Amino acid sequence: MARNITLIVNGVKREVEIEDNELLLDVLREKLKVKSVKAACWRGECGACTILLNGEPVKSCIVLAAEADGSEITTVEGLIKDGELSPIQRAFIENGALQCGFCTPAFTLFCHYILSTRPDITEEELREELSGIICRCGTYKQIIRAVMQAKKHYKK
Amino acid sequence: MAHRYIGKRLPQLDSFHKVTGIATFTHDLELPGMLYAKLVTSIYPHAKVSKVDASEALKVPGVVTIATGRDFPYRLGIYVGDRDVLAMDKVNWVGHPVAAVVAETLEAAEKAVDLVEVEYEPLEPVFDPLKALEPDAPLIHPKLGEYRRAPAFTPVPGTNIANRFVLKRGNVEKGFEESNVVIEKEFKLPFVSHAYLETQSTIAQYKMDGTVEVWTSAQSPFAVRYLMALSLGIPVGNITVNVPFVGGGFGGKAGLAWEPLTALLSKKAGYRPVKLELSRKEQFTSGAVRDGVYAKVKAGAKKDGRLMALKGRLIFDAGGYGDYTVNVSRAAGYSFGEVYDLPNVYCESLAVYTNKVPTTAMRGFGHPEAVWAVERTVEMVSSELGVDPLEIRLKNVVKPGVSVTVTGEKLRKDAGNPSDCLDAVAKAINWGGPVRKPGEPWRYIGKGISVFCKGPAQPPNAASSAIIKLNEDGTVDLMVGTGNFGQGTVTSLTQIVAEELGIPVEKVKFKFIRGTDSMAYTWQTVGSRGLYTDGNAVLEALEDVKKQIKEVASQVLRVKPEDLEIRDEKVYLKGRPWESIPLSELVMGYTYPNGNSIGGPIIGRGKYISPLNTYLDPETGQGIPTIFYTYGATGCIVEVDALTGKVRVLKAVQAFDLGKAINPLMVECQIDGGFIMGMSVALFEEITFDERGWVQNPNFSAYWVAHARDIPDEMMEISIENPQSDGPYGARGIGEVVMLGVPPAIANAVYHAIGVNINNMPMHPENIWKEIKKQKPELLEELKRKLMEIRELKVER
Repeated sequence: MARNITLIVNGVKREVEIEDNELLLDVLREKLKVKSVKAACWRGECGACTILLNGEPVKSCIVLAAEADGSEITTVEGLIKDGELSPIQRAFIENGALQCGFCTPAFTLFCHYILSTRPDITEEELREELSGIICRCGTYKQIIRAVMQAKKHYKK
Repeated sequence: MAHRYIGKRLPQLDSFHKVTGIATFTHDLELPGMLYAKLVTSIYPHAKVSKVDASEALKVPGVVTIATGRDFPYRLGIYVGDRDVLAMDKVNWVGHPVAAVVAETLEAAEKAVDLVEVEYEPLEPVFDPLKALEPDAPLIHPKLGEYRRAPAFTPVPGTNIANRFVLKRGNVEKGFEESNVVIEKEFKLPFVSHAYLETQSTIAQYKMDGTVEVWTSAQSPFAVRYLMALSLGIPVGNITVNVPFVGGGFGGKAGLAWEPLTALLSKKAGYRPVKLELSRKEQFTSGAVRDGVYAKVKAGAKKDGRLMALKGRLIFDAGGYGDYTVNVSRAAGYSFGEVYDLPNVYCESLAVYTNKVPTTAMRGFGHPEAVWAVERTVEMVSSELGVDPLEIRLKNVVKPGVSVTVTGEKLRKDAGNPSDCLDAVAKAINWGGPVRKPGEPWRYIGKGISVFCKGPAQPPNAASSAIIKLNEDGTVDLMVGTGNFGQGTVTSLTQIVAEELGIPVEKVKFKFIRGTDSMAYTWQTVGSRGLYTDGNAVLEALEDVKKQIKEVASQVLRVKPEDLEIRDEKVYLKGRPWESIPLSELVMGYTYPNGNSIGGPIIGRGKYISPLNTYLDPETGQGIPTIFYTYGATGCIVEVDALTGKVRVLKAVQAFDLGKAINPLMVECQIDGGFIMGMSVALFEEITFDERGWVQNPNFSAYWVAHARDIPDEMMEISIENPQSDGPYGARGIGEVVMLGVPPAIANAVYHAIGVNINNMPMHPENIWKEIKKQKPELLEELKRKLMEIRELKVER
């Protein structure tokens, strides 16, 4: 059955008609055209479709769009404030924490979440936390380095 | 001379696009009026297709057209044209596309796929490549003799042999006679997935005027264009191939893939653009993966460790088609043992069809498979003789300027040096020194090393070119066809342009959509060739640019061109730095105060083709197969949990003689990324098939690739810089060699830790544990004792 829902995507309120069985990932990509959210496994395994739903990270391929009605959604575009990159984005660039770039929006956003909520995270904890997203190019060491370097900007 | 940009750790050019999400992949693209295609695939591993009934499927609202194999009677492929567009009369594996539905929406296409009725007449399948070689084996490609093929390949019609290659130098039998020890071992490698995150994705529009425009997630736009033209009989100039950002390639997006099907579907659907994107499951079952290998290797050595003979039989399981794998098996054959100075070597390398998923190139291109077998064999020779594994390698590796390779090539003095790589790695892991005490009594720690090399596997005439255009404001457009899917090659190329022209690197512009209409030709982006071949073309184009600038400037300043130098965006008179002209006043032509103008827009052009490569002798495989060799060594320290069979890499070190690290940050990413991929393949990865030939694990839960928690605690990257005189600033390629040595180094470390030889990949816990039980039951007994002691201690307390 079709219904209308409201999503606040990166601070902008958007209304969209959805089917009950539609995935949040598909609504974001195909209906709202938010293409930084990638689809690569459609089973919650690779993490390329990670977004923040009301501030918490979720894999949008295993969330129904209907469940997200009224929610705030942040994607990597939402990290840019007044045209300025966030510290984690800058750290990713400086540390070479990306190769092909397909997983980069998900990793950047997730690392931003981690640093915003746990600015004192240790490297060992970070490795575990990062293990929900796949980087097939194998840029994990550089991603970890970027997070460790960006830490200082997130401490209160 | 100090360089401003060469050797500098600059981030990838397109980093900003990637961290902000504005990097657009084919996955993200939509064209106006675009339709969606989905595949109907075979449920039998080997069968005749007797009937395809699409009548019910066509009734689904939104379905535009449905195509079957008979609609598209073309043969595709890079080296052997063994692929059909859709199964024409028979299917060769479970997942072989039989029909394609085109619809207004993806949902409609998916719905219709389920309603296409296909009738099959099952044929006897063959899954094991050794069985496929038997005389009465079912024939998978009965028309093999009729296929188009490149000159270097020899399919054997009437058999399942897609290619046979023989390398022969000296006399191995004599070499074995002269040896003090001879061993012979068998090795196996499973099918593995490239697992690039962006699945194969293509949009094509066949236009009414006969031109075709393609947007595709591919490594090599020009190869896609040429092979499409060749297969479909379309003039090359009628096809435009555009490649936006690519979500990983690793060899799996080289050559040609789904572009012909998508273009033909567009034509059939009334010339509207059509998008075909594989699901992850389809990527495992209908797309091509890395071959499996069965190998038998025999080696003979003198007491002191000198290798006297090496003999191999490599059987590449090509699956249902192997248009690219024929060259993978050939490359494995001609590179067999090539890091060693071997007086006698023989290798027969076959690519054999089976009724499994088709195969293609993957990072390393036959070398990881051969290096696994050779480096494990050398390790076993060393333990048999009691010669140190490092010493046996140092004794036998080729010496630049002295040794002759397995294909009979006298190595040049500037060829690079594997001994330097071995020494660096040995030092970094404190080879021969003590290992740290494991955390638990049932864990064991060991060290391992391996040595290897690779050059680009390309046809001798594979060419590259570059165009450099200067703009009004002195910015520069760099137009090269080489791929940009994470390796960082184009970043390094812009550094070369900035260095040579003496301009800020930000002024060198590279457009991320690489189109055959807007970029200079390069054969393919494969084989670690990009920086070397396209780099040389760029250097030649820069010389052309500089010559043109100096010609105009020399007239203006009334001096000879050779008295001028270009730096800091100006042309200077040598020795008189106060006399200069800004580049921006020259690039579009110089205008004198009275309005007279000279020169004109400056466009530089450069090219590269190797004058040295040869075809290989069809009987012996002798000749010059490649343009350079990058030598490398891998060292690692691992911890083996003998109770569970789990292996964990604690420290990883890799050293490569890459001539010159143009951008050490890109090099670091390649070395670490290569280690992680090599480790992932070594420890976790295996596509498994059930007895009906169905892939059992087409997803990332059952097919595990390395995650952040799996990586070594410590990773070291070492660049050795013995320059290659004809490489750009001395550089050699680095993209593939970075994963070659990882699996054998890990296995050699496992042997060092627990004395168990692992010769089959992957080394996942079950396999390791089984091998411990088979080869060293006493180890398990000892563990039992240790555990009992611990329990008794606890009880006493």
